Amino acid sequence: MTASHATTTATRAYRLGEFHTFEGGGSRFLYLVPAGAIFELDEAAATLIDLLSEGETPHDRLIADLAARGLSFEDAEQLIEEMFYARAIVADPSAPAPPQNAPAVFPLQTLVLNLTNQCNLSCQYCYEFGEDKVATPEGKPKFMDFETARASVDFLLEQSAGRRAIHITFFGGETLMNFPLLKRVVAYANQQAAAQGRTIDFSLTTNATLLTPGIIEFLSEHHIGVTVSMDGPKEMHDQLRVFANGRGSYDIIEPRVRALIQGHRTRPITVRVTLTSGVTDVLRIYRHLKHDLGFHEVGFAPVTTSPNRLYAINERGMDSVLDQFQALAREYLEFALRGELHGFSNVSDTLAELCQGVNKSHPCGAALGLLGVGPSGDIAPCHRFVDSDTHALGHISTGVDRAKQGEFLRRGHIDSKYECHTCWARPLCAGGCHHEAYVHYGDTGHPNLHYCDWIRGWTDTCLRIYGAISAQNPGFLQQFAERKAL
Amino acid sequence: MKHLRPVNQKARRIDELASLREDVVALQQNPQPAAQRPHIPMGCALAFSPGWEVDSAGGTAGLCQPVERDIYDCYVTCFWPAQVPDHLNNYPDWASKCAAATKDWRNLDLVFP
Repeated sequence: MTASHATTTATRAYRLGEFHTFEGGGSRFLYLVPAGAIFELDEAAATLIDLLSEGETPHDRLIADLAARGLSFEDAEQLIEEMFYARAIVADPSAPAPPQNAPAVFPLQTLVLNLTNQCNLSCQYCYEFGEDKVATPEGKPKFMDFETARASVDFLLEQSAGRRAIHITFFGGETLMNFPLLKRVVAYANQQAAAQGRTIDFSLTTNATLLTPGIIEFLSEHHIGVTVSMDGPKEMHDQLRVFANGRGSYDIIEPRVRALIQGHRTRPITVRVTLTSGVTDVLRIYRHLKHDLGFHEVGFAPVTTSPNRLYAINERGMDSVLDQFQALAREYLEFALRGELHGFSNVSDTLAELCQGVNKSHPCGAALGLLGVGPSGDIAPCHRFVDSDTHALGHISTGVDRAKQGEFLRRGHIDSKYECHTCWARPLCAGGCHHEAYVHYGDTGHPNLHYCDWIRGWTDTCLRIYGAISAQNPGFLQQFAERKAL
Repeated sequence: MKHLRPVNQKARRIDELASLREDVVALQQNPQPAAQRPHIPMGCALAFSPGWEVDSAGGTAGLCQPVERDIYDCYVTCFWPAQVPDHLNNYPDWASKCAAATKDWRNLDLVFP
């Protein structure tokens, strides 16, 4: 044994470690921030936390206090040792762990191909064409050609060595405006992957205006996942999702969406809603999309915009969104306790991360396991930065510019976001979307301070649901146990 | 762990690591660990410790087990009555001013029982 052990146990003074406590299903839980671990506390452990909440306490007094509350000395020692080992309680001096660098080589998992930067809609909030756009498409090709797409597929296969499952997402513009290329890419990628004994799967995002029975049949036959961008019932959807002449797109897409859900049977069809100042009735939007139209899952995200835009949601609006998210999350919990699936994917996504215990160095996989490729072949950190000269990370013909990628990742790393270092929600949030940060603060590495309270409120809600499910129907969480990235 | 129930995968990994922790096994009889894995035996009688030896120049730093380490072995972990103050009962703070023996050994004072 070393000196450190000898001189500490008896003379240690303990204080609380870094965690967030919450209740769910009648039990008390700890979310251990430096690890992303979740533990259920028994009564003794809860007592210890209550004792230490009053301030730093030396070992002997803590033992005595616990004994006074009915614990045997032996049990009190074991309790302290367990809590100390898990770092739920710490003793001085506890220096923070040194920052870790991202691995030098990070195998690619997903490539987002922006098949075109053209779109037949003129949604005012669009991050590719709207007032806050970062794209600089002038003078670049409007449609990706097959050579660029083929080079992209080869690039993905080469850069993802060691991964069993890899993924291509088709994006736009409006993806289906370049459907002929999509078909060729699927055929080529399947053939190349099969030659290597690997599997590749596909998904696409579309505004649904161009869906035809033939396209739906192709998507179903090739197991291509589909996410439809749609904002709710007609009067909400048509506020901003309009054609160039201002006409709403709801009436055009409604029959096509129904046909898609009816005809595409091989993958669940999901919908992604952009919330804006006039479109915040989450519950009504959810009911319409899930029950009237029949989407499998509905995901919501507030619009990315600089704060002065007319369609930006103000603080009160965001509070209302959080209230409604929480109401829908309670409904999710009722479903989960009965063992039924609910379609509110914001909860499922967070539960999956909580189940793994993720502890993110970066908010997402952009420039790590995921890259975007624009119609010109420029490589971007993700689809949101495609066609932006400022953010390009190389070209598909010459590969990734490692210096630029490194700089992007250094800026976006949690270690460089000072404000995040004391936040308990950082293992999941890691400062939030790089693109959102750029639009708001002009720096992809800036923490998204405008929604910190919101994120903590929402993370706490999801933790409570996770806790309640783990206490009352733990089998339900099994579906989240498998890692997505292999 | 007894008081903390892991409910996600990261917590389960911490729990597994906690259960694998090496204890001081050499001098423990009860409870006997079910299956002993390789471990470092504790106590001077059970391991080859060069002890108070010095190298040809009179230094200790190059020894595999320098003298400072030996002091702690006798002080902390050894059951044998050794010529250092005993840590368990009478002098728990004897080494408290000596965080790194190679630097702070002068703070290890005599004791007068």
